Amino acid sequence: MNQREDKKILLAHGGGGRLTSNLISSLILPRFDNEVLGKLTDSAAIELSSSSVLFTTDSFVVKPLFFKGGDIGKLSVCGTVNDLAVAGAKPVALSLSLIIEEGFETALLERILDSAANTAAEAGVRIVTGDTKVVEKGSADGIFINTAGIGTRVAGAELSFDKITPGDCIIINGTIGDHGMAIMSKREGIEFELSIESDCACLADLTCKILESTPGVRFMRDPTRGGVAAVLNEIAEGRRCDIEINEKPVPVNPAVKAAADMLGFDLLDIANEGKVLIVASQDSAEAVLNICRNHPLGRQGQVIGRVAETAAEAPIVEMITAIGGKRIVRTPYGRDLPRIC
Amino acid sequence: MLNRIMTAHRQMDAACEKVGGQINIMEVCGTHTVSIFRNGIRPTLPRRLKLLSGPGCPVCVTDQGFIDVMLELAQHDDCIIATYGDMVRVPGRAGSLETNHLSNVKVVLSSDDALKLAEKHPDKTVVFIAVGFETTTPATAVAVGEADRKGIENFCVLSGHKLVIPAMRALLSDANNKIDAFLCPGHVSVIIGSEAYGEIVSEFARPCVVAGFEPMQIIEGLAEICRQIVRGTAQVGSVYQGVVSAAGNTTARKIVAEYFEPYDGYWRGLGTIAGGTLRLKDKYKRFDALERFGIEEIPAEELAGCLCGKVLSGLIDPPECGMFENKCTPDTPVGPCMVSSEGACAAWYKYGRIRKRRS
Repeated sequence: MNQREDKKILLAHGGGGRLTSNLISSLILPRFDNEVLGKLTDSAAIELSSSSVLFTTDSFVVKPLFFKGGDIGKLSVCGTVNDLAVAGAKPVALSLSLIIEEGFETALLERILDSAANTAAEAGVRIVTGDTKVVEKGSADGIFINTAGIGTRVAGAELSFDKITPGDCIIINGTIGDHGMAIMSKREGIEFELSIESDCACLADLTCKILESTPGVRFMRDPTRGGVAAVLNEIAEGRRCDIEINEKPVPVNPAVKAAADMLGFDLLDIANEGKVLIVASQDSAEAVLNICRNHPLGRQGQVIGRVAETAAEAPIVEMITAIGGKRIVRTPYGRDLPRIC
Repeated sequence: MLNRIMTAHRQMDAACEKVGGQINIMEVCGTHTVSIFRNGIRPTLPRRLKLLSGPGCPVCVTDQGFIDVMLELAQHDDCIIATYGDMVRVPGRAGSLETNHLSNVKVVLSSDDALKLAEKHPDKTVVFIAVGFETTTPATAVAVGEADRKGIENFCVLSGHKLVIPAMRALLSDANNKIDAFLCPGHVSVIIGSEAYGEIVSEFARPCVVAGFEPMQIIEGLAEICRQIVRGTAQVGSVYQGVVSAAGNTTARKIVAEYFEPYDGYWRGLGTIAGGTLRLKDKYKRFDALERFGIEEIPAEELAGCLCGKVLSGLIDPPECGMFENKCTPDTPVGPCMVSSEGACAAWYKYGRIRKRRS
């Protein structure tokens, strides 16, 4: 882009004319360059190694756009990669669509695109198609991103609620609530002595390794919005089973716990962006845990609970607390409001 | 930890043994209520030791009339309503700040954030919804002081600040009360000091023990109460030493006294409590939202069928309310105790509900 245009995004950057092609050729293509995208065709043509294809999409409207441990660019790649990964796929290709507010700083856009490109490269997925729209000032909050992704099923990975059996173990690959509290502390302007960093990461390498070497994995899901509490309840409802988790082994970063306590939040309700809950047969739990602990994204992996036949009219998720008490775990309301004192 | 828990439980058993009947301990503070439920403390206690959730949830004790004034102010296009998150979902007679989809409602974490909003939007009047007990009042006082010094005239507060001791006194003055002892709030006690409970102990002979919010501190606070019951004494105690002093934070109290004065305000469920609510002194009345908008706060009846008042007084447990879990849930709250994250009904619903087992 030339000097006149390079500071802020203008409506014309999304108008399909000269400014749009400048933006694509100077900002997008150099970062995501690959032979499929480079052809700039209306649809990306990709060859797949398997006919069992998984397809997903997600939109990202995070505020703040930049936070400790990530930004909207990284998040938009990780989110879709993880949705494919936990469904048992090896991610292959992504689309990336930007909806930018008029006046958005080009330098910020470049940082976001760099981050998305680096994350995709690290995860081994290509961004093969995309779109850019610019909306009038006030019609969006800085930038929104949508990604969609396709992946091929890992051989033998048939994951579903139906496969879950009483006695199965529930495993998590590390500390909970890090992403949500990192966002919240940045948004609320709270500084903590120990820094809180989002766990935002692409899980596909870890999940593929687990699925390729362990036959006993029944189900996986990433506990994003709604946290671990929401996913455990989805499993309990989906399979009509009870779940009992144990508070003691649930990995928690003390600074994250302190922040959550201060704002009155339950860490089980808080979002994660680099965590996966794995339901595995009792026989294979140890093997899954070993793979986790030998992987950078699973060093603090733990078995945190078990699936049981439901004894109630409606399935329940219960937690044995650290002091030996018991309480239920419910799906959170969906809007985290800090408490008063 | 196991040893400490077992020692505490021995104390509780001894007290139950001595009393023979039920022991009712009220945890005054909403943060205690949530911690008790979240940590699954209730099911571990002796059957005869009953915990009553008290009036220490600021949102819950805020009168319906105050909520309606807040919603009325939110209708003013030239106002920005700056509020703590918990207040956003409390229903009034005409919706709530959340369901009314108002763009002029801003959730803030402190009174200072509200004051900054006023500086940023000189063309609007920022109304800070000032609720909370002794922990939040000093910050409101400081904000009013700042506004006064800097001449930030487009800032005002709708004060619903409350005091804990008058509420405890009101509860015990009710002939129907079932309270044998109080587990006193940690944070509030940092400000008022543990000796503030002296008048309750001497006048009503009820043990008052201050505890922090960690599960172990709560269990040991309950054990300390039981120790007193076994000995047949009623004293001020604290298992939160090192944090709470006898005198409390005199500086914070002095700041509050400069700007606020107590009056006989209306509390949800508890009615008018002598000297239980704080309003701005005449000298600072221009920062009082009621004064500025010429609105009168009229005590209002609770919404039909809502038993939050009885819950707050420890007279019933939330499941005894006919609306609990059917008409009133966190998704469709009727009363504030189901809305606030510190509310007893919300805590019962979220953590405490034991679903019916198949027989």
